[in-house]
Order: sequence, then C-alpha cells, then structure tokens
Amino acid sequence: MSVDKSQASSEADRSSGQPLSPMMVRVRQVLGELILEHRCFRGDDRIHVARERILEVCQKLRDDVELAFDLLLDVTAIDYLGQPDDFERPREIWDQERPVLRRHPARRHELVLPPRGPHPRFAIVYHLTSTTRFHRLRIKCRVPEDDPTIASLTPVWPGANWLERETYDLYGIRFIGHPDLRRIYLNEEFVGHPLRKDYGKFDEQPIQPYVGPGAKEPRRPH
Amino acid sequence: MSDQELKNLVAPIDGANRRLHGFEGDLHTEPMRIQFGPSHPATHGTVRIVLDLDGERIVDADVQVGYLHRGFEKECETGLYYQNIPYTDRLNYSSPMLNNVGYCLAVEKLFDIQTPPRCQFLRVVGGEISRMVDHMLAIGSSAMELAAFTPMLYLLEGRELLLDLTDALCGARVTTNFTRIGGLCADMPEGFKEFAIPRLDRALKLVEDADKLLTENPIFRERMEGTGRLPAQDLIAWGVTGPILRAGGIPYDVRRVQPYLVYGDLDFDVPVGEHSDNFDRYLVRLEEIRQSRRLILQCLERMPDGPVDSDDPRVRWPAKRRVYTQMEELIDQFKLVTEGGYPPPGEIYQAVEAANGELGFYLVSDGSGRPWKCRCRSPSFSNISPMNLMLKGGQLADVVPTFGMINMIGGETDR
Repeated sequence: MSVDKSQASSEADRSSGQPLSPMMVRVRQVLGELILEHRCFRGDDRIHVARERILEVCQKLRDDVELAFDLLLDVTAIDYLGQPDDFERPREIWDQERPVLRRHPARRHELVLPPRGPHPRFAIVYHLTSTTRFHRLRIKCRVPEDDPTIASLTPVWPGANWLERETYDLYGIRFIGHPDLRRIYLNEEFVGHPLRKDYGKFDEQPIQPYVGPGAKEPRRPH
Repeated sequence: MSDQELKNLVAPIDGANRRLHGFEGDLHTEPMRIQFGPSHPATHGTVRIVLDLDGERIVDADVQVGYLHRGFEKECETGLYYQNIPYTDRLNYSSPMLNNVGYCLAVEKLFDIQTPPRCQFLRVVGGEISRMVDHMLAIGSSAMELAAFTPMLYLLEGRELLLDLTDALCGARVTTNFTRIGGLCADMPEGFKEFAIPRLDRALKLVEDADKLLTENPIFRERMEGTGRLPAQDLIAWGVTGPILRAGGIPYDVRRVQPYLVYGDLDFDVPVGEHSDNFDRYLVRLEEIRQSRRLILQCLERMPDGPVDSDDPRVRWPAKRRVYTQMEELIDQFKLVTEGGYPPPGEIYQAVEAANGELGFYLVSDGSGRPWKCRCRSPSFSNISPMNLMLKGGQLADVVPTFGMINMIGGETDR
C-alpha cells in the first residue's frame, strides 16, 4: 500500500491519540464525510456511518483497489436497551445517565423497562476483511427502536443473506431489499426476538403442533 | 400451514424448470420435491435440505438449519467471562480446544493480558491436536457415507490415539474446557513429549493408510471429483473460509495472514487446491493433518520452561495454599469466583483459524463482569450458506459428498 508515512502520523485519532494505521488513512480518503466517527480500541478499527448510507459505504470499501474488502465475515446487532450511548465513553458520564435496569431479568414481567432515551436502541455491526490485504474493519450503524430497518447488503455480498436472516430472527431488524427474509433458527410461530434485552432468559413459548404431511389427528380428551 | 403450502409439499413442482435446464425431449422424468433430513442416515449433522429434483438432477435446494439452536449467545450474556468457557466446547464438538483457545484469546484481548510463552506453545499443541481430530473425523465419516467403511475405522482408531493426548492435557476427551482466561487448566503432565510422539506417529501412519485406500480409489474419486464445485470468487462473496476456500486456490489462513499465539515463529505450509471441488477439499484436509503434526512436533521440541498462567490479578485465582492461610487471598478468590474480573468498557473482535475456517468472537463489554454481548462468528454457518449453489445442477448422489466435505457441525452452525 502506497501511503505516505508522514501523512499517517500527522492525522492523529481523536479518541485514542494513536496515529492512524495506513488502512484507516485510506478509508478516510475513500469515504470522507461518510464517516461519522472513528474509534480504535485494542487495535480494532471501527467506523460509525449513517444507516441510510450503508450500501454506498460498503460498495466503496469493496471496490477500492487498495482496500479490497471482499470478505464479509459477520453481520450482527447490539441491543443498547437502557444504555445512553457507546460504552467506551468516559465512565463517569454514562454512570450518571444510565437509568436503573435489572441486568438479567428471568421473566418478562420482572423487567423494569427504562425510559426510552434520545439514543437509538440498536446498532448493526459488520465485520469486513480482505483476502488479499488481510486488514480488518468494523462498521456500526445505529438503528432506532420504532423503525428497526436498514438496507440489505445482499447486492454487495451475497453471503449477507443468511447472516441478515439470523439478525432478523434474533433481533427483529428488518433488512430492506433482502431476497428471502425468513426466520432461520426459530419456528415461524415464535413470538418476539430472543436476543433483545427485554426478552427474559427463561421466557417460554407454546409448543407448536406439527401440521405437515402425515400429521396425526389431535387425540380426543378422555 | 395453509392448504396451498401443504399441496406444494406433495405435488410435483412446475415443469418450467425442466425446459429451463434443457431437459425437454430427454428421458421422461417427473419433477418432484423430496425432504433430505433433518435426521438422515447419510448426514452427520442435523440439517434439512428440501430438494427439487428433475429425475436425479437437482433443480433447486433449500438448506434449513437451526435444529440444534441452544441460545449460546443469550446464555453467555448472563454468565461471567470465565463461566462461558465450557459452552465453547459445545460449539464445534469435534475440535473443542480450538474454540476454547479462540474464546480465551478474545477475552484476553479485551482485558489486555499477555500469556506466558509456555502457555502459548501448549495452546498451539492442544489446538493442532483438535484440528487433526476434526479433519480425521470429517474425512472418515465422508468416506463412510460413500460406503467406504474401512478408512473410517482406521481414522477413528487414530482419533482415539489423539484423544488420549487430549485426555492427558486436560483430563477429558471431548468436553475439554482446556483454557482459562490468562492461562490453562493445568500444565502438561510430566513425560508428555515421550507419551505424545509415538501416538502422533501411529495416528499419522493410520492417516497414510486411509490416504492409500481413498485417494486412488476409483469409486471415491468418481464421487468426489468435480462435484460440489463453486468458483473462488463466489466462495469469497459468500463469506466461505477455511479448507473450502483454500481448496479454491485462495491461501487465506488466519494463522498465516494474522499470526496469533506463536504461529508466526513456527514453520508450516498452507496447502491450497485448484479445482474448488470436493476432492480438493479432501486433499487440503489430508495435507493439513500432516502440517498439524509438524506444528505439534515443533512446539514439543521448543517448549520453554516457566509458568503457564499469567499473574494478572484481575483474572487469575490465587494459589490454593495461600487461599487457605491468608485472609486477603481468600477474599480475592471469593470476589473472583462470584463477580469475575472487570474488563474496561469496549468492544473487540478476535479471530482464530478453527478446523472449518475463521472462528471469531466479538465481545462487547459495558465494564461489568458479564459480557453485554458475546457473538460467535462460526465458520460452519457461513460455509453452508452457499450449499444450494454447490448442489444446483448436480446429481442427487452429490448431496452426500458435498455435505460431508462442507463438514457442517450442528453445534457451531446453530449455536
């Protein structure tokens, strides 16, 4: 990668004070204003982008010759229920802001829901890597609770298909433009999305009778 | 299920597909839909494949997973960091040590802990034993499903020899629970090197015998060569990693491109294929067994002395003798067991090369003793997602070797 060393060290990362990696310098050149925020923790680079621009961002990252992010490793979501913002902000700020939430409610009725804050509840997380350049990047988009939708990445990477189905299944994020958005692990009759923080760990769902070919008649009560 | 859907399950599919594939005027066949699985004698995993057939040719396939979904991620969110290590055994249950190592490396990256060199060498030894076992099981069971029973017995015997080594390292054969955060469950036993080398040699001899039985076997080659083919650029676009991607000619191996532990100092080759079919996937796995043995022998040769546990007080429990005699250590142990260590708030992703591809753990910490989110990027899940592309246009008999060489592990795919 032909990146000027002096340029790399002059642009210091705001959050950590570390000099930018050559990969991040190029990402900034390619994306420019599309990056809302950049953070680096333990050497993992992460950019935040607006959810309306995600398709454009990913296309640029994939098609740039120097970056060549051709492998989409993972798509997942984070539920920040009752949390003000990013956990990496200075601790004293978010301790004051954080409303009371019982950490691990066993059942739904035991849950004390915190008031809805100004921050979007969900974050969608993408992990990218390159099979030729071997660098990694994480992209995050915040998605609000009342409209949990984001554009599907299947036009850029077909492998997003199953990963987005899984995120839909477990978090209830709807991916616009996905060719086949079905539940992947759970049955169609399942109510709710189990990895959301307001789904209790021991919440139960009724057993669904089998209705396919060869199903038996329900037994009459004695 | 509606009436229409019921009818679709039993009624023949539309004949348009036949014309599309140029079968018009061919031998008269009835398009039909069959259910392959969820529990089929020729698959070693719980997966359901709905196949649309035209004669014996596959027109479309719908792969349905999720029969082994246990809520790994939900469970991890409620456990302390160290309590989640046994769950990782159950992800890929044919190579559990690799999962243990991957999870602990991720937590150590979050805490920013350096493990001592002896621990790193031992983790490589354990991980490579697991990789050998996993590949032997994948090859053996695939061969058995193609009616070659003898190689399966040879490879299972070799697997037992290697599981003896796992047993010596951690006291269990399959549910290993080998690593701890910042260390291991125990140092390797005395005389392990002398115990291990003859067993490794005998296991490799059995692998070579199986190689002779399979690689030049005309029936095996007929079933494997040219089936399940998918070009390398499609494999990348679908997020496939591991032996399947390397059989397509892409030398992407996390051990090589982003070395972790001591892989950067060790000498090993990354085998690649060229045809991207099932036979190349088999050959790549076979060669990786030999390379893993090389790695283990190098590690045993260069094993440094010293402690196996890091002395970071945030995660390491104090020595038992001091716990029984000193007040401070007693309190320390009590707090570590009940509350765990407190990592700084932040999020990290750590990848390792598991037997089937890149295994990643994405941990989000809010500063408490439990992860806010613990995501496992499992290789099998991404590897099996393009399986319908590999099957389309092939014969019904190709389902079994393709599925065998994808080597889908239910525990890891469904989590």
